Amino acid sequence: MPELTGKELRVVGFLCNWCSYGGADTAGVARFKQPTDLRIIRVPCSGRVDPLFVVKALLAGADGVLVSGCHPRDCHYTDGNFYARRRLEMLKRLLPFIGIDERRFHYTWVSASEGQKWQQVVTEFTNRLHQIGPLHAKKENEG
Amino acid sequence: MSTEKVKEAIAKILPDVETVICWQGGFDAVHATPCFITKPDEIDKVIWNPLCAQNLTSYLPSLNKKKVGIVVKGCDSRTIIQYLQEGLIDREKVVIIGVPCTGVVSVKKVLKEIGHQPVADVAFDNNGNIVVKTSKGEKTLAIADACPDKCATCQYPTPLVYDHLVGDPITSDKPKESVYQDVREFEAKTLEERKAYWEKELGRCIRCYACRNACPMCICQDSCIAETREPHWISQKLSLQEKFMFHMIHALHLAGRCVECGECDRVCPMDIPVSKIKKKINAEMKELFNYETGVNPDDRPPMFTFNVDEVKIKEHKI
Repeated sequence: MPELTGKELRVVGFLCNWCSYGGADTAGVARFKQPTDLRIIRVPCSGRVDPLFVVKALLAGADGVLVSGCHPRDCHYTDGNFYARRRLEMLKRLLPFIGIDERRFHYTWVSASEGQKWQQVVTEFTNRLHQIGPLHAKKENEG
Repeated sequence: MSTEKVKEAIAKILPDVETVICWQGGFDAVHATPCFITKPDEIDKVIWNPLCAQNLTSYLPSLNKKKVGIVVKGCDSRTIIQYLQEGLIDREKVVIIGVPCTGVVSVKKVLKEIGHQPVADVAFDNNGNIVVKTSKGEKTLAIADACPDKCATCQYPTPLVYDHLVGDPITSDKPKESVYQDVREFEAKTLEERKAYWEKELGRCIRCYACRNACPMCICQDSCIAETREPHWISQKLSLQEKFMFHMIHALHLAGRCVECGECDRVCPMDIPVSKIKKKINAEMKELFNYETGVNPDDRPPMFTFNVDEVKIKEHKI
């Protein structure tokens, strides 16, 4: 991955197509100010997010990972986020065991109308990551 | 001697099944190896003693078209229950001979004690000791000292599911809290210590995939995503990142499914405590969903289902 210039961190966001991606769009349309550290990957549903996506991102150079889907009971596919909730909670509890700060991973629910909430989530999560600092020292892990 | 009783039980069920999976002597006295009995005259080679450490149930999903008999210990029986929960085997097609077990022997620990000398003979006395004879003399070890870690906290010495039980059922005298004791102790370390620990342990991994191949719950086997090119989850690069990723794939694919049989630890040529990550997930499954793997055939593995209102999962604040 290219080295970043300046003080920006690398944050990966997995957003469900129906709610959170819409919520991020709403925030953009409303021109809410947001940190630019986040790179969004659109997924059909938060149930599509394999916990391994998060692990792979963190191992491969991301400083933090954010997963966001529809609120429980509001899933476009009825129950995708219920499965996601179990998996992501399991992962959140596993990460500190293998030596990764669990604050680097966050999962939450943002609906398409909640532009304001989206702005808040991204800002607070990015601020928290800036407090912890980068996960990977520069030019590390090259085998 | 219970070997004779196991042989009798096998002889009894053999006419009804195509094969019986059990143990026989291996290439030397200290190793046992799985064997498949199809004819009555083969029964003589069957053994049953604390060297029979392998979890034979791994063969069952691939044999699910045939009717097979199998000899299981308490820990192995949990795998069968997990298979039943996941619908991987048909209960009608398996005839289970259960043997209560007071603990098996870790060959790795024995060989370490005798300095990796060639073993001439092995005997078991009545006081729970294993006597290993080598060209340099004889060494007596308590089985309790030479057992794999799982036996030290074993909760199910008697199989939880069986058609024929050989001998009398026994109950565990180990406290239930001891099962996840090692996980809790490890968690008491700092984040940096834990990170350094795994970097050291997983850094030794040679990616032979023996842990995956021996794992009874790794049912994808040849379709494992650790080796597919599309998607290309891990490369051939010899870096810590790839090793870490492989073990995370193994652990996360076993989330809420690992039956703690310890096969991954047993087969690891580099002595990596592979099962520890899975045990941690199991401890969380117990706490979050009060779920224990391989105990009740009517349970649903927690990752296969959900509750609309999760009692134990609270929303996280940033």
